[in-house]
Amino acid sequence: MAHIVLRNPRRELDVDGVKQVKVILRDLDIDPETVLVIRGEDLLTREDYVNAEDTIEIRPVISGGAS
Amino acid sequence: MTKCTRCKGRAVLELRRHNAAFCKDCYLHFFREQVKRAIEGEDMLSPPDRVLVAVSGGKDSLALWDVLADLGYDATGYHIVLWTGEEYATESLVHTQKFADERGLKLIAYDLKEERDFTIPELRKATGRSTCGACGLVKRHEISKAAADLGFDAVAIGHNLDDEAAVLLGNVLRWDAKYLSRQSPVLAGEDGFVKKVKPLYRLTERETAAYAFLRGIDYQVEECPLVAGNTQIRYKEALDAIERHSPGTKAAFYHSFLDHGRQHFEGSDHVELRACDSCGMPTPNDVCSFCRMLEQANR
Repeated sequence: MAHIVLRNPRRELDVDGVKQVKVILRDLDIDPETVLVIRGEDLLTREDYVNAEDTIEIRPVISGGAS
Repeated sequence: MTKCTRCKGRAVLELRRHNAAFCKDCYLHFFREQVKRAIEGEDMLSPPDRVLVAVSGGKDSLALWDVLADLGYDATGYHIVLWTGEEYATESLVHTQKFADERGLKLIAYDLKEERDFTIPELRKATGRSTCGACGLVKRHEISKAAADLGFDAVAIGHNLDDEAAVLLGNVLRWDAKYLSRQSPVLAGEDGFVKKVKPLYRLTERETAAYAFLRGIDYQVEECPLVAGNTQIRYKEALDAIERHSPGTKAAFYHSFLDHGRQHFEGSDHVELRACDSCGMPTPNDVCSFCRMLEQANR
């Protein structure tokens, strides 16, 4: 099972089998334009596949506050 | 596999608004070119300029500092510890200091509690201001004063396209002529203010985050614990919802304002400035907003 780490807030989950990034994001209801999908030192596009042994991080990019 | 638009290698990032995808090297090239285009197109900086970079430890400010240093600018970092002793603030300083140390860059770290005897939550409590309102006022005042006192030619701020578009949306929703007249990637240095520049204004948050990651920058990923309910984030979410269906709308909104809109608001903010009786910084009043906030907090 692929291991998924989500940030802000931090939580972790596992998904079965080989899946495309865009499918994982769709299933988690995450807009691909608001995150980076990270595997090790690499970024993944929405067409890339996540393998069963992979750990990926889904990192939000939005920030806000005082300017 | 998605291919890089430029070299046909394996892409690591798609940019829907440009209908493009890039491999790591081509993306870093694209990012630098966008920053150079911003700097040259808006006449922001010249190579001999000494630049004070506002660095929070987040992706935008560290990406900005990195790319300015990489492009050969004399860039010094300026970090404000806004909430002494709190984990998020401590980690932000650690990320900033580590970045500076690894690259041999000069960092000025300023502790608000030590210098002014207040943290941001204390200022909020003592004055009734919103957290982000107090924080923004502190940041704007302290870096402007530091830049003027230390003789820097410009202050560089890591505001990106999402930040600028969200501010524009807020200003348009209120048709706030005064703020619309000031909204620009460059605020000229005049009346005692050092010039302020925003070299990332052509790049989105996701693009600066991707640059920071691909450059190996260990930035503060966690969100500020005080930012919940911030209006700017709601504006960003609204723009993101539009962008999902029409990629490029956010950029068109902001760039069209720069090209066709801002000229109609020029002069709307014109006021005579004088030196603040307390700190000497330019202000339209006897005492500037920052010093008035401190006076209020000290009562």
